[in-house]
Amino acid sequence: MMDLRELYQDIILDHGRHPRNFRPIEHPTHTAKGHNPLCGDRVTVYLTLDGDRIADVSFEGRGCAISTASSSLMTEVLKGKTLAEARELFAQFHAKVTGGEVHDLPEALAEDGERLEPLAGVKAYPARVKCATLPWHAFEAALKGGGAAEPVKTE
Amino acid sequence: MNDLAGARPRIALDPVALRHEFPIYQNNPGLVFLDSGASAQKPASVIDGIAEFYRRDYANVHRGVYQLSQRSTDAFEAARETTRAFLNASDANEIVFTRGATESINLVAQSWGPACLKPGDEIIVSDLEHHSNFVPWQMLCERVGAKLRLASVDASGGFDLAAFETQLGPRTKMVAVTHVSNVTGAILPVERIVELAHAKGAKVLVDGCQAVPRMPVDVRAIGCDFYAFSGHKAYGPSGIGVLWGRYELLAAMPPWQTGGGMITLVTPAHTEFQDPPHRFEAGTPDISGAVGLKLALDFIEEIGREAIQEHEQELTGYAIDRLSRIPDLDLVSAGQRRLSVLSFNLAGIHPHDVGTVLDQHGVAVRVGHHCAQPLMDRLGVAGTVRASLGVYNDRDDIDRLAAAVAACRRMFSR
Repeated sequence: MMDLRELYQDIILDHGRHPRNFRPIEHPTHTAKGHNPLCGDRVTVYLTLDGDRIADVSFEGRGCAISTASSSLMTEVLKGKTLAEARELFAQFHAKVTGGEVHDLPEALAEDGERLEPLAGVKAYPARVKCATLPWHAFEAALKGGGAAEPVKTE
Repeated sequence: MNDLAGARPRIALDPVALRHEFPIYQNNPGLVFLDSGASAQKPASVIDGIAEFYRRDYANVHRGVYQLSQRSTDAFEAARETTRAFLNASDANEIVFTRGATESINLVAQSWGPACLKPGDEIIVSDLEHHSNFVPWQMLCERVGAKLRLASVDASGGFDLAAFETQLGPRTKMVAVTHVSNVTGAILPVERIVELAHAKGAKVLVDGCQAVPRMPVDVRAIGCDFYAFSGHKAYGPSGIGVLWGRYELLAAMPPWQTGGGMITLVTPAHTEFQDPPHRFEAGTPDISGAVGLKLALDFIEEIGREAIQEHEQELTGYAIDRLSRIPDLDLVSAGQRRLSVLSFNLAGIHPHDVGTVLDQHGVAVRVGHHCAQPLMDRLGVAGTVRASLGVYNDRDDIDRLAAAVAACRRMFSR
């Protein structure tokens, strides 16, 4: 087994304790709730789209260090991105944390991809992969559903 | 242990010696297994006994006229008799085999419920209940227009008998409570609950999942109407469970699932059903599961339930003492009587993260809501870390748990 510090890197603990963009958006254009029935964790993702661009993104909820850090880092990298870029980031992130085939990102997104790298440690902990992907699934559901939809469940 | 067979042993239980009877320990050296509350490990007598039954005596039950089928039927019905004796029930026909406690409770909710409830009637469950003793009643209430009421624990975490008494009324028809909480380990005063409920004419179902593997259970002394438990939490195989019910109640209940093995006559226009317990055992039952359950109950009886309770009670006290000394550890309270189950949280650290760190130290615990979300809501937490005990646990396991919890605190306080 890998060293636990590979999983709980300083940046994960920092974002877990002091999540960024941890606030509601009063009038979001899109929002969705994510729910992990295994642990009862819940996350709500809020989005303000300006055309095809993510003008603002935030989240609320309670979760473990992994899911909170993942939510926090997600909001950081998504702000200002187009929806197409966001989908590319999610696809690569998903591949990284599930141990799938990781494709290179376009150069403009490479740095953002790197910022999500600390979460790649969860692939050694199958029971924890869902914690990392929960906010991304909620983000995806927000885009699909728009307003108040049924909570999305992890996988 | 073999030399103790037959007698009621009063010597202290030796967990380290007992571990030799559990192959999981040989195949997972250094394992600290503290999740028996979710499912207990299996002794070799159960594992090998099931295989042996398939090798020597297996055939379908209650069907064949040949000798092999008779042997299989005898083994299956012997399991029913062993279960009867284990619960001190008066009649083996009161023992219904199910897939587990969940199915046992659903059986009562779906058979007894609609037949006996009217709109406006009330069902009381405690807020300690596992979802399996909560959701079936909630759904039954929705179905028949009855009202579900929650009996709370008091500030100390014990069942609040005084508050419960005020909730009981002429419309109360069923009280469904756990014998031992799967989250806090609280032992509920089931005898008193039954007295109070019966005084109002209500029936009582007791969920015995956590009690059966670790303390003497006598359904006649408790006085309840139904008692449910699962085999797999009592060192038996998964897929087999038990519903005990008073015969007159079972006899008045309509069939739940229908099919083969539970009828006396089927014509194109009409079907007549068998008496309990067969009326409630449609289809080929879990035959080897029943045989395995018998072996598991034999295993428990050979050690002695008093000895098991004494051992786990002592270890529970030791664990409370060890865990209470860890700073920032919040142990969920359980009132005056607690057995074998301890839930806690570490300040600022999510239970899932604690579980991952503990696993890295070879300590297997359950984390999350333990299928008791109403209780989690009342405690104001998303979940807890839960350590639960079995006959194979000793003080060393608790010390390793405490050391792993301390390591977890260090990791997250850097």
